[in-house]
Amino acid sequence: MTRKQKRLSVIAGGLAFLGAATGLTFYALGQKASYFYMPADLTTASLQPGQRIRLGGLVEKGTIERGQGTTVAFSVTDNQKQVKVTYTGILPDLFREEQGVITEGTFRPDGVFVADSVLAKHDETYMPKEVADGLKAKGVWQESKSE
Amino acid sequence: MVETGHFALVLAFALALVQTLVPLFGARINNQKLMAVGGPVAVTGFALTALSFAALATAYATSDFSVANVWDNSHSLQPLIYKITGTWGNHEGSMLLWVLILTFFGALVAAFGSNLPATLRANVLAVQGAIGATFLLFILATSNPFARLNPAPIEGRDLNPILQDLGLAIHPPLLYLGYVGFSICFSFSVAALIEGRIDASWARWVRPWTLVAWMFLTGGIAMGSYWAYYELGWGGFWFWDPVENASFMPWLAGTALLHSAIVMEKRSALKIWTLLLAILTFSLSLLGTFLVRSGVLTSVHAFATDPTRGVFILCILTLFIGGSLALFAFRASSLTVGGLFHPISREGALVLNNLFLTTATATVLIGTLYPLIVEAVSADKISVGAPFFNLTFGPLMVPLLVAVPFGPLLAWKRGDIFAVAQRLMAAFAAALLAVLVTALFIDGASVFAALGVGLAFWLICGALTDIAVKSGFGSVAPGTMLRRFGGLPRSVFGTALAHLGLGLTTLGIVGTLCFGTEKILSMHAGDTVQLSGHTLRFEGLYPAQGPNYSEDRGRFALLGADGSTTAVITSSKRSYPVRQMTTTESGIKTIGFSQLYLSLGDEASDGSVVVRLWWKPLVTLIWGGSLVMMAGAAMSLMDRRLRVGAPSRRRKSAGAMPSASLP
Repeated sequence: MTRKQKRLSVIAGGLAFLGAATGLTFYALGQKASYFYMPADLTTASLQPGQRIRLGGLVEKGTIERGQGTTVAFSVTDNQKQVKVTYTGILPDLFREEQGVITEGTFRPDGVFVADSVLAKHDETYMPKEVADGLKAKGVWQESKSE
Repeated sequence: MVETGHFALVLAFALALVQTLVPLFGARINNQKLMAVGGPVAVTGFALTALSFAALATAYATSDFSVANVWDNSHSLQPLIYKITGTWGNHEGSMLLWVLILTFFGALVAAFGSNLPATLRANVLAVQGAIGATFLLFILATSNPFARLNPAPIEGRDLNPILQDLGLAIHPPLLYLGYVGFSICFSFSVAALIEGRIDASWARWVRPWTLVAWMFLTGGIAMGSYWAYYELGWGGFWFWDPVENASFMPWLAGTALLHSAIVMEKRSALKIWTLLLAILTFSLSLLGTFLVRSGVLTSVHAFATDPTRGVFILCILTLFIGGSLALFAFRASSLTVGGLFHPISREGALVLNNLFLTTATATVLIGTLYPLIVEAVSADKISVGAPFFNLTFGPLMVPLLVAVPFGPLLAWKRGDIFAVAQRLMAAFAAALLAVLVTALFIDGASVFAALGVGLAFWLICGALTDIAVKSGFGSVAPGTMLRRFGGLPRSVFGTALAHLGLGLTTLGIVGTLCFGTEKILSMHAGDTVQLSGHTLRFEGLYPAQGPNYSEDRGRFALLGADGSTTAVITSSKRSYPVRQMTTTESGIKTIGFSQLYLSLGDEASDGSVVVRLWWKPLVTLIWGGSLVMMAGAAMSLMDRRLRVGAPSRRRKSAGAMPSASLP
C-alpha cells in the first residue's frame, strides 16, 4: 500500500467507527428512552404492549394498600384520572399520600401499572419537575403544593 | 465578619478584572511590568476569596442565623462537622467553594510559574482571571451567601438530612478540585491560541495539571458513587443520573486528554487535538456546573432553584465555550502539525484510545442532553436511563479495555504488534484461565460474566506484564532486573498502576452486576434469612436518639456455621424533626472484598418489617480500583521530569524539540 492509501484506509476506518457509534446511539435512543405520562395523557397515548414508560402524578389519598409481604398498591392521580400501580420492594422514605411521585415500569394486560422503580424526591417541599409541570398544564396545580 | 466576607468577595471580583485585563494588555504590547501584575494579583485574589469563604464557614460553625444562608441550611443541634460541611451543602456556598478552588489554582500558577515564558504566564493568568471574574459576578449578582435576615431567627431550618454525612466533607471538595483543575488546562490552551504558539514547555506544563485534575476528579466521582451507594439505600453504585453523567463526561474527556498530552510531550504530535481536548474537557466541566446548578435537571443536587441563575450560567457557558472554540477555529490552522507516525505504534494506540474515549463522551453527552432537547422541541417528556447507556457505552468500552494492555508495550513511531502480542501471552493465558474457572466452577455464571471476569484479569495481568517486560523479566539476570526495575521512570509505574486500578474496578463491577444476589421479604423479630450462603437473623427494632434526630434501629445478627452470632449489622430509619424528613441508613458488613448490604423498609401493622438484602461480591473493588488509579496519577506526578524545577536540568533536550509558531 502506498502512503496515501494507508492514510485513506485509516480515515475510512475512523469514519466507519464513528458511523457505527452514531447508528448505535440513535438506535438506542429510539428503543430505550422512556416517555413520561400522567394518568390523563394515557387515553390519547398509543402504547405498545410491554413498552416501558414513566408514570407520574400524586399518590391518591386513601389508596395505599400494604398487602401481605412486600407488595404495595396505590393509585397515581392527576386529579382527572387515576391509575392503579403495584410495586414490590421498599418505597422511598418520602413516599406519602398526596405527594408527587414518579413510577417506572410497564402496564399489565388488566390495566394495572407494574412499577419496578418508584421515585419520590429527597425534600419534603419538593415536587418532581415533570409532575409539577404536568399539573400546571392541566390547570390543577395548587400553589400550596409548590415550594 | 460576615460583611467583611462580602466585602472581600467584591474586592476579589475587582481584582479578577484587573488580573484579566492588565496582563493580557501587557502581553499584547510586550510590557514586562504590566505582565508581572498578574502574579501578585492572582495570589491576592485567592487570599480574599479564602477570607470570604472563611467568613461564611465561621458563620456556619457559630450558627449565626442572622445570615439567611446559614438559617436555611443549618441547625444549632447539628454536630460541628456537619455545621462546617454545611457551608458548601447549598447552592451559594458550593459556588463559593468552586471559585475558591479556581482562584487557588490561579495562585498556584502565579507561585510556581516563574519558569514559564512571561507572555504565556501572563495570558494564562488573564484567562484564569476572566473565568474567576464571571463566576464571582455570578455569586454577587444572583447567589449572595451573605444576605442578612432582620430580625434574626432563633433557630435554623437544618441541613438536608441526606447531606448530614461525612461524604459531604469529602465528595464536593474533591470533585471541584477535579472540575476546576481542568480550568488550568483550558487557560493554557486559550493562552496558546492567543499567542499562536505551542512549544515544549506548554506540554510539560499542561500534563501535570491534567494529572492533578484527573486524580481529584477520579476520587471525587468514586467518593460520590460510594456515598450514593450507602446513603440512598438502593444498593446501586451508579445510576446514570444526569448529575453523575455531568461529572463523568469531564472525566472521560480528561482521560483522553491525559493520554494525548503524553503524545504531545514525548513526540510533539497531536498538538492541535490536545489543545482542543483541553478546551472541551473544561467546557464539559462548565456544562456539568450548568446542569447541576441551573435546576434544568431534577436530582439530589438541585438545591433551591432560581431561573435567573440558569440563564446567567448559560451565558457564562456560551461565552467561554463559544469564545474558546471560535478562537480555536480562527487560530488552530496557524499551528504547525507535529511528527508523523505509523498507525501501529504507541502514538497510534493513544489515538485509538482518544477515538474511543471521545466517542464514549459524546454518547453520554447525547444521552444526557437528549431529554432536554426533546422537551424544548416537542414538549414530550422522556427519560434516558441505564438501558440506553448500557447499550451504547458498554460496546464502546469493551474494545478499548481489550486494547489497553497493548498500548504501553508498543514502541513509539512504529511498533510491532506481533512481538507485543507474544509478550502478552502470559497475561492472555491468565485471563483465559479466569474465564474457564468462572464458567466451570461458579454456579449461575453466564458467558458474559465469565468473559467479564476474563477482561478484568486481562487488564490486571497486562499492567503487571508492562512492568515485568520493562524491567527485563526473564531476559536478563535477576540483579540487572532489580536495578532496571528500580531505574524505571515513575511515570511507567504510574501508567501500570492506573491500568491495574482500571482492571480492579472492572472486576468489581462485573462481580457485583453478574454474581450479586438480592432478596426482598418481610421479617418478624427472630426470623432468619439465607442469602448466598450467609444466614441473618432479625433481632428486632430498637429506638435510639441522635443529636438532631430519632431513629429506629433494626438489628440483624450474622450467624456462623454453628449458629452463633459472628457480627451485628444495623440498619435504621432516621427521622429528622426539623425538616420532617425520614432517611434510611443502610447496614453494611464487609466480608473480604464483598459486602452484605441491607436496608430497612416500612413497619407493617402486624409488627413485621420489610427488609431488602443484597450480597454484593467484590463490590469494594469498584472504589478500591479508583484509589489505585489515583495512586497511579500521584506516582506519575512524582516523575522527575514533571517535578517543579526539574525541567531546568533538561532544558537542553527540551529546547531541541521543535516548537510550533506563527510566522
